[in-house]
This record gives sequence, structure tokens and C-alpha cells, in this order.
Amino acid sequence: MKILVVDDEADVQPLFLQRFRKEIKNHEFEFDFALSGEEALDYMKEKHSEIVLILSDINMPGMSGLELLLRIRHDYEVPPPVVMMITAYGDDENRNQAMSSGANDFLTKPLDFNLLKEKLKELEH
Amino acid sequence: MAGIVALLLLSVFIGLNYYNQRTSNRRLSVANAQIITANEELAERQEEITVQRDQLSNTLSELKDTQRQLIQSEKMASLGELTAGIAHEIQNPLNFVNNFSEVSVELLEDLIEEAKAGRTEDVLEIAGDLTQNLQKINHHGRRADGIVKGMLEHSRTSTGQKEPTDLNKLADEYLRLAYHGLRAKDKSFNAELITAFDESLLPANVIQQDIGRVLLNLFNNAFYAVHQKQKTAPPDYKPTVEVSSLKKDGQLQLIVKDNGNGIPESIKDKIMQPFFTTKPTGEGTGLGLSLSYDIVVKSHGGNIAVNSKEGEFTEFIISLPLK
Repeated sequence: MKILVVDDEADVQPLFLQRFRKEIKNHEFEFDFALSGEEALDYMKEKHSEIVLILSDINMPGMSGLELLLRIRHDYEVPPPVVMMITAYGDDENRNQAMSSGANDFLTKPLDFNLLKEKLKELEH
Repeated sequence: MAGIVALLLLSVFIGLNYYNQRTSNRRLSVANAQIITANEELAERQEEITVQRDQLSNTLSELKDTQRQLIQSEKMASLGELTAGIAHEIQNPLNFVNNFSEVSVELLEDLIEEAKAGRTEDVLEIAGDLTQNLQKINHHGRRADGIVKGMLEHSRTSTGQKEPTDLNKLADEYLRLAYHGLRAKDKSFNAELITAFDESLLPANVIQQDIGRVLLNLFNNAFYAVHQKQKTAPPDYKPTVEVSSLKKDGQLQLIVKDNGNGIPESIKDKIMQPFFTTKPTGEGTGLGLSLSYDIVVKSHGGNIAVNSKEGEFTEFIISLPLK
């Protein structure tokens, strides 16, 4: 399962790679990364058919995660990737906004990787 | 007979003389009395003047105290606005510290497993990751540390000491803090932050916390302006706040630009006046720009200029002498 992680903080990359070390080794998951919404859209142009899941931060400079979400929902209807939004502001207003913009799930920072792992494993089945 | 006449004349003369002298004496004593009265009055006035002078100097020192308190409360008000931004900025590195230390514990378990199984290559790979993680923990710890130090700097009374300061870094830090401060109050708010720094800029000799306050104030104003405009603007409006640094005419310039509501021509010359504010009562002290003016012009020998077009943009240009 190929997962695109969108976050302007580059340090989330080693974090994901290490947290999912075993799963990556067993070829359960494969991760790619984008540092901005714009970069993520460029990536999607080429590889949208491979990407199953997008994990995106909301608060990024330039295109916000919510704008990215709307663009993805608009541009890629088939097959629709699963999009989970991640944010430091875990209030209802933010959650509702993400969900009504077409997010499949909403996670708050600091990321609970065990919970995320469970959710990803569920997606596999 | 002649002797009698002479005697009479003499006594008349003496009498007249006596009379004249008495009159003169009387006049003299009247004059003396007048002088004494005048002296008394003078003394009284002098006393009054002294009392008034003391009162004035008391009032002046009270005014100075009030001014100090106002400056402090303005500082605290802007710090209050910052609190949420600071919390967010600290939370981020803190998350990394927690995440990297947690994953390191997991990695150590893996490392032991791999070592037992004799897979040296995996052991070395994990060891490399662990080293990197410890460096990351340290890096993000320092990041949080820097933010807390910056906050303390801001709330402390100014030392008035000029010291070499990386203005690009200072501007970048305060831009983020101001942004997250506003975002924490209104989560629907999003703005594009643009930085265009002259990387060749050498550290400038400034009172760091004072210039920091000027920048913070300009950023807060800029975000306020784009936020206000966003409330009535069409949905494709993109709030943007830009900060840039450059060298020009032997001076160093910091430019803060926003595409907000702009400043109406009618109030342009009032914005630097103390207590002038366009914000609703209780929201602004009206001291931000006036203090910024004092800091830049009076204590740094610089200048603040403003360009604005109502409804379109505002641009503040801070010029500081390059030493």
C-alpha cells in the first residue's frame, strides 16, 4: 500500500520511516513524501493511480491541507484516494471543516502512531 | 530789633527745615513699609512658585511612571496576543522530541532482536538511525528553548543595550509567532507568509527586544488588516503577509507588506500618534506604532515610512543605519 505524507516539516519523514520500519521491510507499506500541497499535487499528477492513501498536515505555508484536499477530491474521482488530515488544532470546527471537505479521517498532533498503524491496517483489508 | 527779626527768621527756618525733614522721614518710612510689603509679596510668590515647581515635577514623574506602565502593558498585551502562537510553536518541536524519543525506544528493542539474530547490517542501520534521532531530539529541544528565550526577552524590561542581531532570523521568528497567535484565536484564518531575506545581511547593532517589538507590532497589524479584509472579500482573496530585508543607500531596510484593507488617506498622518487606533475599544492600545516610531527613530536613529493604498495594501519600511 502506497502512502503519501504531506507535511512542511521535513523531520516527519525519518519518523514515519522508522515507525513503520518493519512494515516497510515486509513490503506492507511504502511511503513517499511531499513538503507542501503544491508538491503533493505535482506528485499526484504522475502517480495518482499508485497512491492509496494521503496523510496531510492542514497548517502549511502556501496551499493549506484543506485546499489540497479539495483539489484532490475535485481532480481525482477515480479511484478516490483515502485522505486523512493531520492537525495540531484538534477542535470540532477544524474537524468538521475537514470532514465536510471530503476527508476520510482526522488525526491530531502529536500523532499517535499506534492508532495510525491500526487505522492503516484496517485499510489494508 | 534786627536781632529779634533775625531770631524769628532763624526759628521759622528751623521750623520749616524740621517740617521738611519730618515729611521726608514719613515718606521714607512709607517707602520702607512698601518695600517690606513688596519683599513679603515677593517671598510669598517665590514660595508659590516653588510649590508649583514641586507639583509639576511630581506630575512629570507620575507621567513618566504612567508612560512606563503603558509601555509595559502594551508589551504585555502584545505578549498576550502571542501566547497562543508561542504555545503552538513550542508544541511542534516538543512533538518531535516526544516522537523521536518514543521511536528510539522501539528501535532499541529491534536492535537487540537483530543483534541476537546476528544480523550485523540491520544492527548498524538501526544504530545509525538512533544517532540521527538523538541529534533530532537535541535540535528540536534547542528550537523550543530558543522560543522560550525569545518570549522571556520580549517580556523583560529593555536593557537598552545594542548588540549584534540577526534581523532575518528575528523577523522570521516573530512572523510565525504573530501568525499562530492569530490562528489560535480564529482557526478559519489562513494566510500566505512570504519571506524574502537578503541572506548577505550582516548582524545589525540594535536593541534586539525593542526591534523585535517593532516587528511584532507590524506583523500583528498586517495580519489584522488581511483578516479584516478577508471578512468581506470575495472567496478567491488570498491573505498575504510578506517580510523582506535588503540593503539600500547605506541603510538596512526591513519591509513588512500586507494585502489587507490599507490605510485611508485621511488617517495616514495620525497612525504614529499615541493612543490612535482604528480597532474597537479594548482591542488595541493605540500605542503600538507610536512606540515603534520611538524605538526606530529615537533610539536607533532610523526611520519608519509607510506606503498604502486603501483597499489594496500597506507597506511599512523600517530603515536602520548600517552602523
